[in-house]
Amino acid sequence: MSHKKPLKRRRHTLPLHVIAIIVGVFMVIPVFYALLGGFKDNSELSGNPFGLPSEWITANYTDVLGSGSFWRQVWNSTFIAVVTTVVTVGLSALAAFVFARFAFRGRELYFTLFTAGLMFPFAVAILPIFVLLRTFGLLDNPLGVILTQAAFGLPLTIIILRGFFRSIPGEIEEAATIDGCSSFGFFWRILLPMARPAIATVSVLAIVGSWNNFMLPLVVFSEEASWTLPLGIQQFQGQYASDTARILAYLILAMVPALGFYAIAERHLVGGLTAGATKG
Amino acid sequence: MTTLTKGPEALRLPAPAPATTRRGRWVTIALFLLPALVLFVMLVVAPMLVALYASVFRWNGFGGLPTNFIGLDNFTRLFSSEIFAQDLWHLLVLVLLSICVQLPFSLAIAMLLNQRIRGRALYRVLFFAPYVLSEVITGVLFSLILAPDSGMANQVLSVFGWESEWLANPDTVMPSLFLVMTWKYFGFHMMIYLAGRQNIPNELIEAAQIDGATGWKTFRHVTLPLLGPTIRISIFLSVIYTIQLFDLVWILTGGGPSHSSETMAVTMMDWGFKRSQVGYASAISVVMFALSLVFALVYQRFVMRRDLEGAVTSQGGRP
Repeated sequence: MSHKKPLKRRRHTLPLHVIAIIVGVFMVIPVFYALLGGFKDNSELSGNPFGLPSEWITANYTDVLGSGSFWRQVWNSTFIAVVTTVVTVGLSALAAFVFARFAFRGRELYFTLFTAGLMFPFAVAILPIFVLLRTFGLLDNPLGVILTQAAFGLPLTIIILRGFFRSIPGEIEEAATIDGCSSFGFFWRILLPMARPAIATVSVLAIVGSWNNFMLPLVVFSEEASWTLPLGIQQFQGQYASDTARILAYLILAMVPALGFYAIAERHLVGGLTAGATKG
Repeated sequence: MTTLTKGPEALRLPAPAPATTRRGRWVTIALFLLPALVLFVMLVVAPMLVALYASVFRWNGFGGLPTNFIGLDNFTRLFSSEIFAQDLWHLLVLVLLSICVQLPFSLAIAMLLNQRIRGRALYRVLFFAPYVLSEVITGVLFSLILAPDSGMANQVLSVFGWESEWLANPDTVMPSLFLVMTWKYFGFHMMIYLAGRQNIPNELIEAAQIDGATGWKTFRHVTLPLLGPTIRISIFLSVIYTIQLFDLVWILTGGGPSHSSETMAVTMMDWGFKRSQVGYASAISVVMFALSLVFALVYQRFVMRRDLEGAVTSQGGRP
């Protein structure tokens, strides 16, 4: 009995392994193709799409790494993502604090207004937003992207944070108040540190959302100096249309920050997305 | 020391306090809420209303608010437009393919990775990874892979004597687009299903197995019904996403060849930004909004009703 069971299980899981490996191969092939293709020249790429390069050419990668525009795009994307996240999470935390711990007239109305924001598709507002940003002179200004992204990030962030703030017992607030803490003091010194896991989750969501945003920067930025990475990739593809190997190298290098961030923040990302998904 | 001397004083104070604290409370509420509210109203609510307003004007987007009122002309023009009819058809195709192919596939893989097989943690990370990459990276990568002459897909398939034009042929462009969408998004749905599966107590599964249910029967009669709420949400997200689909199409095909993969958002951007017909483009966005809204209301009313009721009774109100 004791050694029969594992045997049975092993036979049972063999097809599962096969399926998982096949799906895994299909997921990995495009990325490996790009990774190896970046080390080939174009003539070899069209004759030998898969095999290892006959000669490892590093010029495609080093050219991209040596170009100012790539690094400027990485910097622009990083800057916009970080500031967007600070604004989104900061404003949401303040609002969520009020929604979670104050009773006042109109509270449910305001909260419903924000939750209704989950229903507003971004694409619907893009034209008026463009006109609005142009009126305020915010085109080709990172602030135009940051503020818009933050505004659209508010609903989900407020909903998640409010839920978390509510779960912190009222006794803690009473104790803090008796010790002479103001509302803001309680918020800043006690609530926010306690809410660190929730803050991490919504921050990761905001960073990824901003990093991958394409439609808004596409509309707002016309000057190359302010391009983010997605805009740069699209432009690079247009510019080097026939130089596939070089585009592949660019793609691989552009993947590195996103995949690196995924590796670091995996738990928060997955937790945040599943929480965000079911709350949306 | 200080707490000892201050403590009783603070306890004695409340009598005169309320008047000032009440005003202080309102100031706190206003200060905390206003920044978010102002930003939200200015950049989310107002643009939505402007889009609604602009949709009944002929407007090129310049010079203050539009003045050339044309009633519902933009909408009648839109509904009689062949391209828009195609957009709706593409939406339907992608939604059906997602619900009938992509989501069952995601569910199957989630169930597979729920088994104790070796390397499942690695598979989870791997299958979810494309979701983290931007649509632009995915789009450019696959536009190179699916390129008709030099693309990797055809180079490999030509060995078996089978090639396709993929994105270049109106007949194959939608399946190809769906293929790329599945590559990118199935991991996301898989993760939602895995999370939903973890919320099902293992006792229920074990009880079914003790009662003699085989693997498939357990899944069919125990796991699947209990995953119901998760599946319904995943369908909901998939449809709402497809209504607004833009980035991937814009990069992969630009809506072509000859509008055969165009989506509503692509048509909207085309008229709004390339041809400066902002009024007409606004009408398209209003229809997108209406579709999302009607779908959401109908879906929540008729499909997710039970789930929401459950949420109300167990949590004492929706979050």
